[in-house]
Parts: sequence; C-alpha cells; structure tokens
Amino acid sequence: MGTTLAEKLWASHLVRKGEDGAPDLIYIDLHMCHEVTSPQAFEGLRLAGRPVRRPDLTIATEDHNTPTLDIDLPIADVTSRTQIDTLRANAREFGVRIHSLGDADQGVVHVVGPQLGLTMPGMTVVCGDSHTSTHGAFGALAFGIGTSEVEHVLATQTLPLKPFKTMAINVDGELPEGTTAKDIILAVIAKIGTGGGQGYVLEYRGEAIRSLSMEARMTVCNMSIEAGARAGLIAPDETTFEYVKGRPHAPEGADWDEAVEYWRTLTTDDDAVFDAEVNLAASDLEPFVTWGTNPGQGLPLSASVPNPEEIADADQREAAENALKYMGLTPGQPLREIKIDTVFLGSCTNGRIEDLRAAAEIIQGRSMAPGLRMLVVPGSARVRLQAEAEGIDQIFKDFGAEWRNAGCSMCLGMNPDQLAPEERSASTSNRNFEGRQGKGGRTHLVSPLVAAATAVRGTLSSPADLEGADLLVGASA
Amino acid sequence: MEKFTTHTGIGVPLRRSNVDTDQIIPAVYLKRVTKTGFDDALFAAWRGDESFILNQPAYQAGSVLVAGPDFGTGSSREHAVWALKDYGFRVVIASRFADIFRGNSGKQGLLAAVVSQENVELLWKLIETEPGKHITVSLEDRTVTCGELTVPFEIDDYVRWRLMEGLDDIGLTLQNEEDITAFEATRAAWRPKTLPAKTEPKVEIEAARPVS
Repeated sequence: MGTTLAEKLWASHLVRKGEDGAPDLIYIDLHMCHEVTSPQAFEGLRLAGRPVRRPDLTIATEDHNTPTLDIDLPIADVTSRTQIDTLRANAREFGVRIHSLGDADQGVVHVVGPQLGLTMPGMTVVCGDSHTSTHGAFGALAFGIGTSEVEHVLATQTLPLKPFKTMAINVDGELPEGTTAKDIILAVIAKIGTGGGQGYVLEYRGEAIRSLSMEARMTVCNMSIEAGARAGLIAPDETTFEYVKGRPHAPEGADWDEAVEYWRTLTTDDDAVFDAEVNLAASDLEPFVTWGTNPGQGLPLSASVPNPEEIADADQREAAENALKYMGLTPGQPLREIKIDTVFLGSCTNGRIEDLRAAAEIIQGRSMAPGLRMLVVPGSARVRLQAEAEGIDQIFKDFGAEWRNAGCSMCLGMNPDQLAPEERSASTSNRNFEGRQGKGGRTHLVSPLVAAATAVRGTLSSPADLEGADLLVGASA
Repeated sequence: MEKFTTHTGIGVPLRRSNVDTDQIIPAVYLKRVTKTGFDDALFAAWRGDESFILNQPAYQAGSVLVAGPDFGTGSSREHAVWALKDYGFRVVIASRFADIFRGNSGKQGLLAAVVSQENVELLWKLIETEPGKHITVSLEDRTVTCGELTVPFEIDDYVRWRLMEGLDDIGLTLQNEEDITAFEATRAAWRPKTLPAKTEPKVEIEAARPVS
C-alpha cells in the first residue's frame, strides 16, 4: 500500500521513533517567532541556561500587536511596546534574525516566510501561531504550537509528536466566477464543522485546488485550523516551483535542480488510503459568508440567517441561539441585507498582493457606501510596497479606504485596530469568535471580492450584485 | 512540573460548546511577557455578566471545569492554559478538545480529561443540582467521581505518564541529542537557512498616518 504526502513528510523528518507509546521525535526545518507567544519561551531557555540550538533555522517578525499607523513613532501602548522590546532583546541575546517594525521584510509571519523563500516543499514548519497551517500550501508539514513547544523547538529543533491521521478534501470541478479560495475553505469548514478536522492533517486535492494560484492555496491551508485540523497540505507542482524560484532564500543552480527533483516525489501515492475523505463540488460553490460566532457557522451569501429552531442537534441549536444573540441577527433575515459598518481587508488569510489586486479591481471607479469605513492592511511591508508600485494604494485611497502599514491588525484586535461594541465588520480574516476583533464586535468572514463589493453597497454583497458587474472577473483570487 | 495523581475540587459547569481560546482569554490580555498573573483575564468578556457561572459564589472557588464539546478551539495561545491554571483550575473535562489546547495543557500540568458527552451531561446535572459539589479526578485510575457517580475518562498514555511523573519534555528530548545531531548530518544542502539573511533590496517604509 502506498503512503500519503503527510506520511512521507513525517517519515522524512523522523529523528527517533517513539517506543512503548512515546511520541516520535520530529525534526523542524523552520521555526518562526513573533512577539506574543515567544517571550515566556525565551525566558524558559534563560532560566535553564540553554541556547537556541539552531538560530540559522529560526526567524522572528513583529506582527500581532504592532500599530498600523505612525510606525516611526514609539508604540503608544506600553504593554505592546514592552512585548516588542522583549522580542528584540531576546533576538539579540540568542542570535535570532528579526524583521522589526519599519523594516521592509516586516509583516505577518505567514506572509513573510513564503515571500522570503524560506517556506518550501518538503519542509516541517512551526510557529507559535495556529495559522502556521498556511505554509502547507507548499507541500510542507506546517502547524501551530504553544509556547512550551516554542521553547522546546528553540532548545532542541525537534518536537515530540504522535502521528496525525490523514483526511483528503477533494474539491473537484471548476470554481464559478466570483468565487475564490476563501469560499472553498469556508464551505469546507461549514461541511465538516470546527471539530471535524481534529487529529487530522487535511490534504486538499482535486482540479479546483490544482488550478489555484500559490497565494490562493495559502488562503485554503491557512484556515485548516478553523476546521480543527493542525495542518493542511497541498502537493507541490509547477505552480509551487514557479512561486519559490528566484526568491531570496530559494536554492540556486545544482541545489535547485536537486530540490525540484525531490519535490516532484512529494505526492500522495495513487494506492494510498486516507483515514477519511470529504468531497466537494467546486461548481456548486457560491460566495460564502459567516453569520455566527465560529467559522463553521457559514452559508452561501444568497441564503438567509438560519432559524435555530430548525437545527436538530441540541448543541448546535444552542450554539446558533447564542451566536444570533451576540451577532444581533434575526432568523430569516437575508444575508445580503445585513448592514456593515467596517470592512477589513488583510490578515494572513487574505492580506497578500493578489487579494489586494482583486479587491482593488472591484472598487476602482466606484464609491464607498456612506458611513462605512474600510481598513486595508497589507500582510507585509513588501506587499505594501508592491501594491504601491502597481498604484493599487491610490485606488484604495481614492475610494476612501485607509491604507495602513503591515501587521495582524484588526484580525485579532491586539493593536488599536478594533471594532467597537456592536460594530459589524465584513472581514477577510479567519475568525469570527465573540470579541475577536474588539469586545462586543460582530464579525462576518468573507472573501476579498465580497469585502470589496460590501464596501461599495454597504450590505454583505458579491461583485455580481454591483452595477456593471459583467465587467468583473477575479475567479482566481 | 508538579506531579499530578489525583485532584478533588469544586466542579464548575460550563454549558457551552466550541469555547474558543479567544473566549478563554481575549487577545488584549496576551501582551504580558510573564507566564503568570492571568487569572483576571480568564473568560474576561463573560465575567462582566453577573449570571456567568464563575460569578456565582458557590462556583467561584472551582477547580474542575466541566465544559461542552470542542473546548479550546482556535488560537494556539498557551495563555489560555495559564489563565485557567492561574484562576485555580487543575482539570478541564469535555467530550472533545482542540488538539493544540490539549497539547498545551499536557505541557503545563493542566489535566484535559476526555469524558463522553453522555457522562458530561450527568456531571452537569450533579454539580448544577448541588452547587459547590466536589469532583474527584484520579489520573491513576482514569476516573471522574462526583458523589455516587464514577465515570471513566480518556487520556493519552504518554501524557498521563508525564503528568504523573511531572516530567519536562525538553529534558527528555535532550537525552536523545545524539540522534538529533545524527539527523542533522543527513539534511540536504538545499534546505533553507535563515542566516546569513537574504532579502530583496531594503527600501524605506513610509509610515501610514491617521486619516482626519
């Protein structure tokens, strides 16, 4: 019997097989750090007198709590500033490379790694951040870890782990125009639930996945964690190699040839068997939005707010009741009529250049709905520079959107970019949990295309709802 | 890490599924650089509600949380575990836990005990009917006892052993340092290194300003 891609990646990083129920010891090729989940890990090293074993496989960026305005001034929030200063001091003390606020390579870790060419097929990648699953788009085994594990990787460059189970997510057919990678993953999560992926590595397969760009694949893998899975994977192919080639840390010459030859072997064998399989027809998909307070509570935009009374499962019913109360929604209300206060375009899910291009294409020549605010936060400083080079920043500014510096920003509201109580957002980020974007804030997760159309109309909308919609494309975004 | 064998304390019913780590501790509390002092942050948004379970005097000193399925979903923040521990919880019981949360708990000596939903319902009834009722959790026997009721719980054998011995993972791994060094010698040359750092040419980043 053949093996799956996830199993191949596991086997190729096995330092030591666990005996008598002990976990396997797995080697980690790349460890990314940020200010929020690392300070206690470095402190642990210091107390134990341990060095960072492989600073040359470690990199840090500042992203979670950094401001997106006035980045050349001292950070106003004292605790945020302390956390940033702590990361800088730790990086200096332990010899770890860091890209600080104001540096051209600063940004959300999951945007920075791939753009530097540090994320490649066949690797193991970890970070003290659950959205590390993003890097699985390259055919790397990539997953989020807690602070104790951050310390463990810093000290040993390994992790003790029990093997994951494998699940195939087959997305066949072609995506309809106006639907995107974000709609695929929101539909997957709605289908299998927020706990459906627990214990699994999801491998996304099928024609619709193969035809996605590298950035769109990252969007899909990014939200694997929202289905409860530690990691998401897509087998590398020409699209992947093309993306990696020529990046600052990409292999060159003979190394490149050797790498690609190896990367071509990174596929699930035809006769391999997954522990579970889920099928989805891409042609059935529509723009998807969430109505509730977990990412599994989503529906096609053409639907209405569900009626909890019609939900058979008692737990789900209670969760829906709580969600509607928190979200201030009424059963039966068409999703398209939900009025939005703030549109957030950004995050490790949808803060890359293709996302900004797709949204800019929709809003260009149109005007923003009265009373709405739109925040555009590039995923990294390089994404911002690229957008400026293409003139996309001007499109957003002309539209009335705020053009910000890079960071996690309103995705989790650790910096000043937050929703006020009962303020409602259409957000291209990954979590609609209660209070995620600010205490009492109400989040609807959407694709960049829906975010843009919503900013024009003021209610949850898709590009097809706009006048002159036949001019629009963007199915690949 | 402190050894864990059995624990007895007040059971706290949390009748909610999908309690994500943003609910356990909102992001605004994650800015501290210490591992302790997070007790005030636990369930911060819900603590403002008078009817919230931990605001009821009988449950305030609780140490065994009995929650709905899919506890600890979302963000990887270990702060969720620190906050539960700082508040005084030693055990969380649920029918399903998110993977990262369960892993973090095991590293920090917080017992995440998997009990069937049917038995969670029985426990809820008991500790709701008699607020302040104690629950005993025996890691040795893998049982949860509340009054006359004793139900089994599941936990990974290895995690159980580590908790009972109070062992530190890093110390255990470093016993195999030779294996790590041997593995490193086999890594292919193309695998990337972060140092020396390579980047596109450095450019000045303009600071965005507030829009008036």
